[in-house]
Amino acid sequence: MLSLLVIVFLFSTSAQAQLHVEISGVGATQIPIAIAGFTNEEMAPQLVSTIIKNDLSRSGYFQIIATLGSISETDNVNLPDWKSKGADALLVGRVQKLDDGRYEVLYKLYDTNKANLLSAFSFTNSSQFLRVSAHKIADDIYLKLTGIPGVFSTRMAYVTKIGANYQLQVADADGDGIVPAFTSKEPIISPAWSPDGTKLAYVSFELKKPVVYAQNLITGQRTLIANFRGNNSAPAWSPNGAKIALALSKDGLTQIYSVNVDGTGVQRLTNTSGIDTEPQYSADGQSIYFTSDRSGGPQIYRMSATGGDAKRVTFTGSYNISPRISPDGQTLAYISRRDGKFQLYALDLGSNQELRLTDTTDDDSPSFAPNSKYIVYATEIAQRGTMGVVSVDGRTKQRLTTQAGDVRNPTWGPFMK
Amino acid sequence: MRSIPTKLALVFAAVALISACSTPKVEEKAPVAVAPQPEPVKPAETRAVAPVVAPEVDPLNDSNGVLAKRSVYFDFDSYAVKDEYNSTLSAHAKYLSSHTARKILVQGNTDERGGREYNLALGQKRAVAVTKSLSALGVAGNQVEAVSLGKEKPKAAGHDEAAWAQNRRADIVY
Repeated sequence: MLSLLVIVFLFSTSAQAQLHVEISGVGATQIPIAIAGFTNEEMAPQLVSTIIKNDLSRSGYFQIIATLGSISETDNVNLPDWKSKGADALLVGRVQKLDDGRYEVLYKLYDTNKANLLSAFSFTNSSQFLRVSAHKIADDIYLKLTGIPGVFSTRMAYVTKIGANYQLQVADADGDGIVPAFTSKEPIISPAWSPDGTKLAYVSFELKKPVVYAQNLITGQRTLIANFRGNNSAPAWSPNGAKIALALSKDGLTQIYSVNVDGTGVQRLTNTSGIDTEPQYSADGQSIYFTSDRSGGPQIYRMSATGGDAKRVTFTGSYNISPRISPDGQTLAYISRRDGKFQLYALDLGSNQELRLTDTTDDDSPSFAPNSKYIVYATEIAQRGTMGVVSVDGRTKQRLTTQAGDVRNPTWGPFMK
Repeated sequence: MRSIPTKLALVFAAVALISACSTPKVEEKAPVAVAPQPEPVKPAETRAVAPVVAPEVDPLNDSNGVLAKRSVYFDFDSYAVKDEYNSTLSAHAKYLSSHTARKILVQGNTDERGGREYNLALGQKRAVAVTKSLSALGVAGNQVEAVSLGKEKPKAAGHDEAAWAQNRRADIVY
């Protein structure tokens, strides 16, 4: 039987708002790793080794072996000794403040079984982004020990509703470092990251109807992508960042179109008398998955990215919506309504095996982590909007909530250069 | 002894100005009271008649009128306008046909169950159904825009059938 691990992290680093992260479930195997305190880390605003430990244990795939004191990356280490303490890997390191005020974090990762060095590297960031250095180290450990790129340094965007105020926020994947990107008195839905992680497209109701904008996160500049007659919604960037697929009702009911990222060059991609919406490009940019009611109820279909004939993908149940294709192209995530419950499912496109990933009943808006191994989604707990993160095998789960109000429409950002 | 009567005289002058003038603005400096000079009246103009029409009361502003009804409610999973809304929609069609400069939004809504984007498309289906009814009643296409708020702006905040029924709705917005 799967042992149930419940840990609650309450980060308290600054006056910034934070997401509350709650974890349940662990991976099929957990890699025991010893993470020593980093030499001189106390002089920095955050403890780098603590952030790394939290990242790894939250993933469900690591067991943290207790350590005492700090070990620098230049110190000699007795690997057989660490192996005898149960650690398969050992992380050591050091923090130093540079003359320009930035912090350099140097580290080494050892394999205690093979008694060899797995990684030796350093990251330099301003104190504002010291946390990013810690997340990058956790990403590297995750890659070296599981073979899968870590996503601890990635970000998420989501919408909060507190009272009558809507806010599009961006946060680190651990729920810390929240920044408000766009605030409005009218609803905001369907945020979507540009492939380079510098822009968010979203649907805003500020003009009393749904209109699609793209916002440059660095400059704050907003570009009107689509404000046609009727509805403008469901934006999705093509993998090369050149096009945005979206849903428009300018010609009647909702259909799928593509536009250039400056809003020009609108092209109609579907042509039915019903509803076609929620387009999502496959990672190779060749296909678009979408929701259509052409068979009666909503089901998921796939077509060429330039339109044309569509092939039905989902057949179980009468209501399958919100398709998201994993970056590795192997898994399709979607929301299915069965027995009145709206739940997150994953379909293995190789084996055609379907797996229900949640026990909640109001799931919405799934989004894959860029390493294809986790899905963030919106759900409701006690009629309050929260975010969940689940591994694609369904074994590890996290729940992210705010101190007040609803969280909805999460979307996981890409790997950043 | 001189100053008090002078001040009183100025106050009187100011009061006289206020009552004579429709704008109640009093200047700081003491105005010089001047007797109004009546304009010389030309005898022919006493027979002039300026035509006056009573201001039209826009029926849209009549809170008891049929145009005050601006919502169409739908059954669960239904996008068909029920017959009971014929009189309401006819009244709006008549108004719009006689006020061709007027434009409306028809905002479709859904209950809270299901995905945000799919509900947005379903709300649009409701808005389009109302728009088609208005069009069949003679309203010009450029006067009506069908849009959807999906499940984003619920009128009723509850999580039961009573609330959901309130939210399966299309609103006419002038």
